[in-house]
Amino acid sequence: MIMHIMHPQTRNGKWRRALATLPLIAALGGCDMVVMNPAGDVARQQADLILWSTGLMLLIIIPVMALTVIFAWRYRASNKDTDYAPDWDHSTALELVIWSAPLLIIIALGALTWVATHTLDPYREVGRIAAGKPVPADQKPLDVEVVSLDWKWLFIYPEQGVATVNELVVPVDRQVRFRLTSSDVMNTFYVPAMAGMIYTMAGMETKLHAVLNKPGNYAGMSANYSGAGFSGMHFRTHALDEAGFARWVASTKAAAGKLDTATYLKLEQPSERVPVMHFGTVERGLFDRAVNQCVRPGAPCMSESMHGHGHIPAPAATAAPAAAAGQHPHHPSTSSTGA
Amino acid sequence: MAHSNPTAAAPMTEGATPIYWETEPHHHESGSSTMLGFWLYIMSDCLIFAMLFASWGVYGRSFAGGPTSHELFDLKLVAVNTALLLFSSITYGFAMIAAHEQRKSAALRWLLVTLLFGLGFLGIELFEFSELIHEGAGPGRSAFLSSFFALVGTHGLHVFSGSIWLVTLMVQVARKGLIPANVRRLECLSLFWHFLDVVWIGVFTFVYLLGSMAS
Amino acid sequence: MSEAVTKFLFGRLTLEAIPYHEPILLGTFAMVALGGIALVGALSYYKLWNYLWREWFTTVDHKRIGIMYLVLGTVMLLRGFADAIMMRLQQAIAFNGSEGYLPAHHYDQVFTAHGVIMIFFVAMPFVTGLMNYIVPLQIGARDVSFPFLNNFSFWMTTAGAILVMMSLFVGEFARTGWLAMAPLSGLDYSPDVGVDYYIWALQIAGVGTLLSGVNLIATIVKLRAPGMTLMKMPVFTWSALVTNVLIVAAFPVLTAVLALLGADRYLGTHFFTNEAGGNPMMYVNMIWIWGHPEVYILVLPAFGVFSEVVSTFSSKRLFGYTSMVYALIVICILSYLVWLHHFFTMGSGATVNSFFGITTMIISIPTGAKIFNWLFTMYRGRIRFELPMMWSIAFMLTFVIGGMTGVLLAVPPADFVLHNSLFLVAHFHNVIIGGVLFGMFAGINYWWPKAFGFKLDRTWGLVSFWSWVIGFWVAFTPLYIVGLMGVTRRLRTFEDPSLQIWFVIAAVGAGIIAIGIAAFLIQIAVSIRNREALKDVTGDPWHGRTLEWSTSSPPPDYNFAFTPVIHDLDAWDDMKAKNQMAPTQGWLDIHMPRNTGAGVILAGLSMIVGFGLIWHIWWMVGLGMLSVIGYAIFHSFDYDRDFNIPAAEVAATETARLKALAAAGA
Repeated sequence: MIMHIMHPQTRNGKWRRALATLPLIAALGGCDMVVMNPAGDVARQQADLILWSTGLMLLIIIPVMALTVIFAWRYRASNKDTDYAPDWDHSTALELVIWSAPLLIIIALGALTWVATHTLDPYREVGRIAAGKPVPADQKPLDVEVVSLDWKWLFIYPEQGVATVNELVVPVDRQVRFRLTSSDVMNTFYVPAMAGMIYTMAGMETKLHAVLNKPGNYAGMSANYSGAGFSGMHFRTHALDEAGFARWVASTKAAAGKLDTATYLKLEQPSERVPVMHFGTVERGLFDRAVNQCVRPGAPCMSESMHGHGHIPAPAATAAPAAAAGQHPHHPSTSSTGA
Repeated sequence: MAHSNPTAAAPMTEGATPIYWETEPHHHESGSSTMLGFWLYIMSDCLIFAMLFASWGVYGRSFAGGPTSHELFDLKLVAVNTALLLFSSITYGFAMIAAHEQRKSAALRWLLVTLLFGLGFLGIELFEFSELIHEGAGPGRSAFLSSFFALVGTHGLHVFSGSIWLVTLMVQVARKGLIPANVRRLECLSLFWHFLDVVWIGVFTFVYLLGSMAS
Repeated sequence: MSEAVTKFLFGRLTLEAIPYHEPILLGTFAMVALGGIALVGALSYYKLWNYLWREWFTTVDHKRIGIMYLVLGTVMLLRGFADAIMMRLQQAIAFNGSEGYLPAHHYDQVFTAHGVIMIFFVAMPFVTGLMNYIVPLQIGARDVSFPFLNNFSFWMTTAGAILVMMSLFVGEFARTGWLAMAPLSGLDYSPDVGVDYYIWALQIAGVGTLLSGVNLIATIVKLRAPGMTLMKMPVFTWSALVTNVLIVAAFPVLTAVLALLGADRYLGTHFFTNEAGGNPMMYVNMIWIWGHPEVYILVLPAFGVFSEVVSTFSSKRLFGYTSMVYALIVICILSYLVWLHHFFTMGSGATVNSFFGITTMIISIPTGAKIFNWLFTMYRGRIRFELPMMWSIAFMLTFVIGGMTGVLLAVPPADFVLHNSLFLVAHFHNVIIGGVLFGMFAGINYWWPKAFGFKLDRTWGLVSFWSWVIGFWVAFTPLYIVGLMGVTRRLRTFEDPSLQIWFVIAAVGAGIIAIGIAAFLIQIAVSIRNREALKDVTGDPWHGRTLEWSTSSPPPDYNFAFTPVIHDLDAWDDMKAKNQMAPTQGWLDIHMPRNTGAGVILAGLSMIVGFGLIWHIWWMVGLGMLSVIGYAIFHSFDYDRDFNIPAAEVAATETARLKALAAAGA
């Protein structure tokens, strides 16, 4: 409906009346609720979960709201027809209901939560490409390495050997395996049409598994405030069919840009609203060095330096990601303070 | 309105009349809340230390390529320090016994001994800190050292505050004697002082003993 | 003057720190300065300084301190709301390539200050003020356990508020969001004074909050009137007890985490930096271990208010008192087991996430039980729709929606798409405005006649009420909607022009709320002018049920000439039913604490220390610290802190009241 409001030529009298009487509902029906109506299966399941949970809760919320209004009206002081029990303050049966009704709902919701949280764990490979469409056994997920920089996004395709800034291109119906980190402050990687958010944090690696099912052009952004240039820190996400994706890779490979240490260090400097960039070649291991904060020549890699001296392991050219486990936000860092 | 004529308060007819208002002079034991309030403060302080211990738990081995706890800690010095603090707790206990028996000069003597132990502890701690900083192992070297200095330093700062308080109380006891207000103040400081002792036992165990085993 | 001397004298404070080149700030400054001059002038003209100092600033009377907290909260509400309006305007116009009217440097401070001010310097003072005023009266006490500490706590909170206000005109405030998340708040990314203002304002105010928590717990535990067992305590007092336990058990965590952040910034340590083994996630964990209990610190007293109001205006005993109390305790404990739900999206494992999600949902059980209890208190009652009751019903209808979206956010996979979205922003405003703020308005309308002896004007109260309720929904429904459209928080500009209409609607909503705030202030002004017509001499205008209504309005300094003895839960209702009014003779001397300026002085000195720390003016820090310690020691030598109100004076006060009552006749 918003489109109608914004473009008067599409309006007609009937709509105008509808809008006049029910602006909110009418508008809701037509606007692009991408979170509730996404193009990716993970986000689809998350939207369904929102609907299910809301439905479960409305089972109790609606009666409560109705009772509030009914009781407030019925027992108004001016209405002398109702009974008045000033000393009535306890009823074991009622108390049982009061506590057990929410309890039952929470048990149901808790079970739903437990299952959904495990199936939709962003660290887990997607269980299916879409509803009723399992992951083909021979399909290899696409790896994308993501680095949030002040204030732009760097996407590295290790297998294809290409990289982009502020443009994410993925094939439809193929699982994408994101590994994410940040060069400095925290950001949140978020493509609402595709899947939920995940933080990017310096010195740590997070993961996200997702898939897009419809070709299209979707919004992507940082959802976590990260400083002055934050508002411009968004990117477009293009979902292409396999052939289109292959063409895109080929054309990007032909791009002149080369993402090496020097380029990365330059890119790392704060800048705002950076236009899309393409890099035809990418220095190997750059992402792992970004995670370990040792892109700058001479900087010690975190995975090697966490121990004291005298225990420095043999220097490796590229740190294995597993070596950074101590800083890995998945389980260790939460359990260290959470336990 | 029912209560607009308060003189109408009539005794109840059946059984003994319950009393609704205290008409006798009632003396609230003054300062009865003080010990509870101070306990609550100590508990909150305890939480600050809990956070610092948690930090130590997280960062205690984040040496960041710098010196390790195993290399840095001098357990002998720390043992002396621990002994000083433990003795100061005992002497404070003697001071409290004397205070409760209204023996002013004995209490003051024990307080002085406690103060000396406390100052000795602080002196050794400062010496330890300056050694570490001279070795290039200051709080900015690594997260491990940051959490070490934060925890041990905060404890030291507490001992320092306690010492200032102790001196203040000694002057007050000397001037006003062991009046109830002063005894209550001594009791509060006593709680504080023993609390610092308990915290130190935690520091000694988790920071120094376990830390010196870390590699 | 050489550079070294300037640096020594002024630290990093330079003329550049005064934002005379920013017209908006200059305008604000001009307005504040004019207002300030007018206020100072008026106070001087009417020779009120001495009165204010003697009777208010130095007071140790919990009632006056409570009122001062509420004044502080109201003043800061205006500042915090000005920030809100600025944000709404910016977001309503920054479309189609427009940068709006606020540059990032300013906008980012505005949303940070809005959050900090609304939580720490509006909601907290409101809550603390109400507890301060009401709790001793409800338990039949003459004051709190530590009256001087109470005064000191208030001034520390005020000192923190002043520092935040100062940042508007001297330097700048943090541009980090209200929780100053590391590493953004670290020296590497926020080198200027903004975060330092944040740290020291909160540390100084935090001391006040913590001590006031200790004070009220001790008061409730130790000073209850004879016969008032724990399970005969009014529910508001129960909620105050639980709240203050939460304060004492949560604020030290904030103190610790801000101290560590301060160490990173001042001493070069590496707690939350990206380098040298630091771990910013530790900051996130620690701040939320404080942060989640904090929201219950705010909302539980509001629950207490609703319990009193619903019971009083339904003319009925509170339904399910025992389960209300247990619900409070359960919420108190559970609030410590849910902090991770604020960052499900940081990559914790599924098991950890589900654990914290489910613990969060469990909190909705006792909360739901409370809602039902209020509901069944209304059931078979005689409901009088006075203003406090209207706020309570609006709360019940609004808060359940906020609670529902809250539980929704507790489902981790749902949170993955809603975290940091405007849906989340709508949710927490839904519970904080619909819960805490509505509660405070209910409380203020309810207890105002107790504090001042006359009721608040109903007409303007209704204008304020409807503007707030309608304004809230107009302002925040659009945020729920755009949240579901994938719009995230703290954005300064937008790409998608189709979103603009929603932000325009939200801005209109904020405008309606502005009318609500104005109407509230007018309501107070009109009521003061019509105080004779609105007068209540009975001290019990609403047919109250708890002890605060048994004494005069406003209560005498000593609250109760005779200590009440409690036999039933609704003690005053019980006394009225049994016709057991306070004796009218046999007055006794009453022992009371003496006013002192020590609180103002110590807090003022602390503020100076804070200012020195912020601007690296080390001589000021050193001198300030020495003065704080020195003055505290000096103050401890003052043993003579109490005095006796002679029986004759009590007799005079009480007789005057009895006469007034008789004159009012009945």
